[in-house]
Amino acid sequence: MQHIEVLRQPKPIVVSPSNNNEWTEVIEPRTNLLDLRLGDVWRYRDLVMMFVRRDFISTYKQTVLGPIWFFIQPLLTTLTFIIIFGQVAKLSTDGLPQIVFYLAGVTVWNYFSQTLTAISTVFVTNAAIFGKVYFPRLTMPVSIVLANIVRFLIQFGLFLGVWLYYILRGDSTINPNWLIVLTPVLLAMMGLMSLGLGMIFSSLTTKYRDLSMLLTFGVQLLMYATPVIYPLSSIPEEYRWLVLANPMSSIVETFRYAFLGSGSFNWVYLGYSALFTVVILLAGTIIFNKVEKSFTDTV
Amino acid sequence: MSNIAIRVENLGKQYRLGEIGTGTLSHDLNRWWARMRGKEDPFAKIGEANDRTTKGNSEYVWALKDVNFDVKAGEVLGIIGRNGAGKSTLLKILSKVTAPTTGRIKVNGRIASLLEVGTGFHPELTGRENIYLNGAILGMSKSEINRKFDEIVDFSGVERYIDTPVKRYSSGMYVRLAFAVSAFLEPEILIVDEVLAVGDAEFQKKCLGRMKDVSTNDGRTILFVSHNMAAVSTLCSTSVLMQHGTVLDHGDTKNIIEQYISIGRTSNGEVWEDDIKCTLTNPNLKFKKVSLMGKNGPSNSFGLDEDIVCQIDYEVVSDSTTVVPSIHLLNNYGECILASFNATSVSLIPDPYFDKVLPKGQYRVQCTIPRYFLNDTQYTISAFIANDISFHNMTSAEEVISFEVNETGAMRQEHIGTWIGQIRPRLEWKTTKEL
Repeated sequence: MQHIEVLRQPKPIVVSPSNNNEWTEVIEPRTNLLDLRLGDVWRYRDLVMMFVRRDFISTYKQTVLGPIWFFIQPLLTTLTFIIIFGQVAKLSTDGLPQIVFYLAGVTVWNYFSQTLTAISTVFVTNAAIFGKVYFPRLTMPVSIVLANIVRFLIQFGLFLGVWLYYILRGDSTINPNWLIVLTPVLLAMMGLMSLGLGMIFSSLTTKYRDLSMLLTFGVQLLMYATPVIYPLSSIPEEYRWLVLANPMSSIVETFRYAFLGSGSFNWVYLGYSALFTVVILLAGTIIFNKVEKSFTDTV
Repeated sequence: MSNIAIRVENLGKQYRLGEIGTGTLSHDLNRWWARMRGKEDPFAKIGEANDRTTKGNSEYVWALKDVNFDVKAGEVLGIIGRNGAGKSTLLKILSKVTAPTTGRIKVNGRIASLLEVGTGFHPELTGRENIYLNGAILGMSKSEINRKFDEIVDFSGVERYIDTPVKRYSSGMYVRLAFAVSAFLEPEILIVDEVLAVGDAEFQKKCLGRMKDVSTNDGRTILFVSHNMAAVSTLCSTSVLMQHGTVLDHGDTKNIIEQYISIGRTSNGEVWEDDIKCTLTNPNLKFKKVSLMGKNGPSNSFGLDEDIVCQIDYEVVSDSTTVVPSIHLLNNYGECILASFNATSVSLIPDPYFDKVLPKGQYRVQCTIPRYFLNDTQYTISAFIANDISFHNMTSAEEVISFEVNETGAMRQEHIGTWIGQIRPRLEWKTTKEL
């Protein structure tokens, strides 16, 4: 038997302070619900960026138009909305040019719905990787939020182009105001809200696939409960609270109010959306962390 | 600080059999209700040891139960066991892919696990991009990968294709690149599944060499799970033997491998007359028993370094006659790889009964297949008893016993890759210098 020198001194190991302070890590059945290990996600930040890159590259590889697809999608949606809701149904746009009105709604809504849908299938679509190697599972949904921000920014650029065109032409219906500075806040709120909701759905779908069916058309229906294709002002006063109960409503309204000057803005409604975001994000993270430990057995 | 790298304490993992579907919700609610009242999980108590061959009564099984062992820092530990022994489950828990049901594992140091090579490789990305992606998934930082990038590419030997999407790679190139990334992980504790059985022989050698390097030079702790006794015996000084989800023994690898071989031992090393199906029958010659004997009695699982005695008990039923017993040894594909019979010029030792007329009665004949002769694979033996050397009138027991020969590490001090061939005798090798 060839002699293998096995009892060498191991490399010095830095012991981090933990509840079992002699050990760097303890693998246990159930940990504290509030131990979210967000530090782990930070340590793996390179991986998050790698996922974002992968998402981006793989989506448009081997397509002729490449990233131009980012423009085509919202443009075609807007066009459809103009024809159906603007021309056929003749829904009000608060006197704004239809293309700007719809494009604003579509840009914002797309970010939310695409992020939510993508995150909601995180466990199921990544079961193969998750079953083979450990890395903080949260990196995956977080990377989806970030990848979609890139997408959003491109589409937002398109919106800005159209918006500027109308302003330079001297269209008097468009009256932007200082609330434009809230745009990053709105974006963050939508990102975090879709992250929270997506994590809840993805966690539950590991066991109950029914939910993925529910979500796909649920998101579609939700769009009609959000002032995307209509201004909030067109809803009768007594039913307005129903639409405002939807935390996405005030975000879409605020965005449109900031850039176009029509619609309404109210700190209370926005505050409600922010509170909702925080609660849903916390709940989502807790559920996600709980499920990630054993989902390979049930997925 | 202790020098224990991993301590496994009372580890258990319960699985639910069958489909996850309609019953799930009701069980979940039951569990939740029990927890609300501060009671124990009602389904945790039930469940049985994991033996897939017997039909169980419970819906729940324990894939692992009460597993305890320590791994010293710098130790290279082999984990061996038959299929379904719980090795993979243990590995998954160690890799944090799934959580245990009971117990805990305490770890000292950074763990990286290789349950598969190339996890997360994306076909559309180039080799270069995949190195970064896969490295990050395995826990390396970007700067770490930058530092090792050239080495990784060099090790993989696919430099020319590094900027081509990996979907254009041959499967060999793909695996090489994937393994190369894994090979340059630098955790204090490395957990390796049988990912070594990849690529061609040359690359396998490279991989095993790299593992050896990592363990001896860098003094890292390695847990190595494998069916490949050759690799285990060369790489690991100590091993853990698992069966039905529990640790059977823990100790010196040589010892553990011997036990592993003996787990396979069953009474199937003996077949009695009623169970012998004779395709040809000579009414005067009857099998009483056919058995294979190792150093510990009848068995159907042997070590390479073990003599196998094939023993045939037969009866001369009525008329006195000469008897020529013979055997065939078949490989996995049912091809006869050797035939032998009892005759003076065939046997290594003289047999006084050869060519003698045997009166009515029972006889026993033994034939020894020497150690270091067969390869580590499965064989089947057929036995025959005939009147005379023409083999015209005989009783046959075809494919009467199947047995396996196992690696013990005895011939594996140099080569650890696959050893092809139907037999593996030790031969004389000699070099002379030409003048």
